[in-house]
Amino acid sequence: MNVLFYLIPAALALGGLGLLAFLWSLNHEQFEDLDGEAERILHDD
Amino acid sequence: MSCCAAMTPDMMKDAARKSRAEELRLASHSPRPGVRMLRLAAPDLKCGGCVAGLERALAREEGVLTARANLTAKTIAVEWREEAVEAVDIAEAAERAGQRVFPLDDAGAEDAEARESRDLLTRMAVAGFASANIMLLSVAVWSGAEGATRDLMHWISAAIALPTVLYSGRPFFVSAWRGLKGWRLTMDAPISLAVILAACVSLSEAIRGGHETYFDAAVTLLFLLLVGRWLDKAMRAKARSAARALARLTPRGAWVETDEGRAYRPLEEIQPGDLVAVAAGERAAVDGVVRRGDGALDRSFLTGESAPVPVGPGDRVEAGALSLDATLVVETERVGEDTTIAEIGRLVSAAEERKSKLARLADQAARIYAPVVHGVALVVMLAWLALGADPREALLVAVALLIITCPCALGLAAPMAQAVASGTLYRRGVMLKDGAALERLARIRAVAFDKTGVLTMGRPRLAAPEGLNGAEIAALGALASESRHPLSRALTLWAAEQGGPQERIEAASETAGAGVSGLWRGAPIRLGSAAFIGPKAEAAEAALERDGADAASLAWAQIADKAPAPFRFADDIRPGARETVAGFARSGLACAMLSGDRPSAVNAVGAALGLADRRASLRPEDKIAAVEALRAEHGPVLMVGDGINDAPALAAADVSIAPASAADVGRAAADVVFTGAYLDASLEAWATARKTRAIILQNFGLAAAYNAVSIPLAALGYVGPLEAAIAMSTSSLLVTLNALRLSRAPRVPTTPERRADASAPSTPRAAPLPVSPQETAA
Repeated sequence: MNVLFYLIPAALALGGLGLLAFLWSLNHEQFEDLDGEAERILHDD
Repeated sequence: MSCCAAMTPDMMKDAARKSRAEELRLASHSPRPGVRMLRLAAPDLKCGGCVAGLERALAREEGVLTARANLTAKTIAVEWREEAVEAVDIAEAAERAGQRVFPLDDAGAEDAEARESRDLLTRMAVAGFASANIMLLSVAVWSGAEGATRDLMHWISAAIALPTVLYSGRPFFVSAWRGLKGWRLTMDAPISLAVILAACVSLSEAIRGGHETYFDAAVTLLFLLLVGRWLDKAMRAKARSAARALARLTPRGAWVETDEGRAYRPLEEIQPGDLVAVAAGERAAVDGVVRRGDGALDRSFLTGESAPVPVGPGDRVEAGALSLDATLVVETERVGEDTTIAEIGRLVSAAEERKSKLARLADQAARIYAPVVHGVALVVMLAWLALGADPREALLVAVALLIITCPCALGLAAPMAQAVASGTLYRRGVMLKDGAALERLARIRAVAFDKTGVLTMGRPRLAAPEGLNGAEIAALGALASESRHPLSRALTLWAAEQGGPQERIEAASETAGAGVSGLWRGAPIRLGSAAFIGPKAEAAEAALERDGADAASLAWAQIADKAPAPFRFADDIRPGARETVAGFARSGLACAMLSGDRPSAVNAVGAALGLADRRASLRPEDKIAAVEALRAEHGPVLMVGDGINDAPALAAADVSIAPASAADVGRAAADVVFTGAYLDASLEAWATARKTRAIILQNFGLAAAYNAVSIPLAALGYVGPLEAAIAMSTSSLLVTLNALRLSRAPRVPTTPERRADASAPSTPRAAPLPVSPQETAA
């Protein structure tokens, strides 16, 4: 059962990483203009 | 037009630009000292090329720091150094780059909306993370963890669940508390009670080293409910107040005649009795009486008709009326809050407030559901105590019952069905402002239509007389271009389309409100009302009127000494109008036409559409009265309207629909906006709303049936955390799958043209919130 002592923290940390990634993209306007960014890459400034 | 001498065309243009500059300055705000920011709606932004072009054009402007377009929302955000340029320069630069732009209402309100939505998403993400992890730990307990291992699992679960409940559950607790303080039982009260009780009991079980905790159920419940809450929020477009949009129709100041000439004064400084000049192309700022000047007014905000009304000294002018072709000097009678348009604004906001208080389906269900479930839980707990169980065991049974009857199917049932329906409707060209509008739309028993712009296209089409040769048509076109009158402009356009030779008119002069005259190849040429042309035209007009023609839609032309020729301006019936009226009538709904137009025009359209209940010459307040009479007689009323004069009735009706071509105020007042020309979109919206209501009721039925089975089991103590978790996920899944059926709902029988139109590749892909461009008084 000792395996739990590092498996549980590892599972939580991985889940937390996903959560942080989502919150980061939410707060950095990654979902603001889904159509525009797809077009923008085709035009050089 | 001697009255115009005091005001040069440049001054008139300057006044129009001034009111726009004022409007734009108010729409901008200052994010940092020395910097101003403005968000503009750019409805024509369609491709990556336009985005790049517009951004580059704006970035080249002096003083502009950043310019970033958003293709999804069709907006552009610009920041500039305050001292370098004005907001109006930015808008003009965008227009030079080929984009129509309109200030977005209240940048601040919109930011608050976005922040709230982001806040809900964050809470939802945290609850999702927590529920997934706690579920994993719970699986270990369910599959037989014992002793110290089980306690460890419980403690880790508690460490994750308790902060999550506090953070993610906050919106529900706050709203339930607010409801209870006002003695209202909303869906949030049973939700809060179930979550809080489950968390507390589970904590005490963990402390005692008990077998069963409900941390996973509490957090999963929150996660599912937050999904429903966010869907509901995301569906709701920025609900702008039509009353505020209406207030923008009157300029904030006016040119007042003083002893030292004309001076631009803000509204607050204008007194009754002041003489105010209203230039051509400007809206009047005050209610009053014309003292000098003859011209034509666009009073569509009162009547819905854009046909110009001739005015002269002694005639009344209302604030908001648009002077089309002349400068009028008006003696002020009422200013600000006392004007007719301010009165309409009050009617609109009163109606909007009434509507916002209507209870929603889910809350109605909660009012029955919550007392029943709480009562049963209490009775079960007392019964267990009476039968000799210890208090801890009795409480556990009661909590299990509260959790398994969790209203998550209820909390998810309505928003899920409405979100799917709104996406389906959006793909078919119908935009909803609010999911609740679908609930109200499903219940209507009567439909009221406005005439101009709804049952008809609202754009006069020219029917030309026969027997004019190419040169004559071109000459009339050239003559008409001397006037700003809408009918003249229609004639100029029509003449240009005929592609005749270039003709020159000499000595052209306009008699405001009557017509234009000039010399063509040395002979007189005249265009205008019958009275302006002469007795021959008046006699011809009287003959046409006897045949049922409408004099107000006639213009006459006379070239040299030929017989006067009539130009008819006909307003076409909107495609799909006939099918729509017939469709509503077939389903047993009462249909009525409420119009501000003259009885003759109303009767002609009513007869063509088979509408028997026609009411003409209604003012905005009469329309409200008519809507209320319909409601008293038949039940909930749907209003389909487009004009500023319809705004009070749109807000007063139980639910309202406006075409996208409607005035800004009309669109803001309506719950549903349809794009495209076909009126049967409203029929389809109604059919979808009924289907959505059926699905929501089915979902409620599913929830009730499942409670009927689970409550006895829970009351007998057969339900543990594992059963609760399984039951909760299955019921949510069932409700979601049932709602998804709406996306494959077959189309209601509509006109073949609309179906062909909607399947065209121009149909938008995603469902962004509708952008509402402002009407600019220019």
